[in-house]
Amino acid sequence: MSIKMRARIEGDETTVKALISHVMETGLRKDKDGNKIPAHHITEVTATHAGKEVMTAQWGPAVSKNPYLAFKFKGAKAGDTVTLSWVDNKGESDSA
Amino acid sequence: MSINNRRRLLLRGTLGVGALAGAGLLAPRGVLAAWPKAAFTADKTEAAMQELLGGTASASDAVTIKAPDIAENGAVVPVTVETSASNAESISVFISNNPSPLAANFVLGPGAVGYAATRVKMGKTSEVVAVVKAGGTLQSATKEVKVTIGGCGG
Repeated sequence: MSIKMRARIEGDETTVKALISHVMETGLRKDKDGNKIPAHHITEVTATHAGKEVMTAQWGPAVSKNPYLAFKFKGAKAGDTVTLSWVDNKGESDSA
Repeated sequence: MSINNRRRLLLRGTLGVGALAGAGLLAPRGVLAAWPKAAFTADKTEAAMQELLGGTASASDAVTIKAPDIAENGAVVPVTVETSASNAESISVFISNNPSPLAANFVLGPGAVGYAATRVKMGKTSEVVAVVKAGGTLQSATKEVKVTIGGCGG
């Protein structure tokens, strides 16, 4: 489990790109014995900057394995910290 | 070997505890919205849209959707949505022919720009609908993506 994140400032807009490593199992797939593999996917990703939530992504199982995510926001300066955290449907979580 | 094994076990144990403790502290506080289960389990685009956004969207030039015409691998289809609406509140992505069309909903906080990109799974060729909620109206853009190999199989 890890998050790779890059942020870049252009003018007054900051672009944040992140890669999260996660299985993102849909719950529809079956293993070789025909048993359903239980769903295990990220449900929420929250990005915080300067104490404010700039973006919350609510995800279903249709987001790809090891999800990629990009968003933009205004009002950040170089050196500012953006925090990204996620939770999945099993209650596991991570942040960076 | 056995010492090493125990070390792994210990490490895993502590990590597990850390993850549990972290879940409580770091879980998004649901300030913007709780995870809309009904919308994510609806099996029709319209139903999911109604559930999530409380209405149906009309096509608009203010929304642009970027996705490949043909996706060779349905498991990883890059989708980028941009909107010129300055007061966008949320960006949602629906894949009409998926078992549950709603793939992702980006709730934009103050200061966020109308832009969101991610990668989604597509079971088969389908229309991808991006809906932007801005100032109480729902605006959408649609693009058909052909899928050569579905992304929901094993």
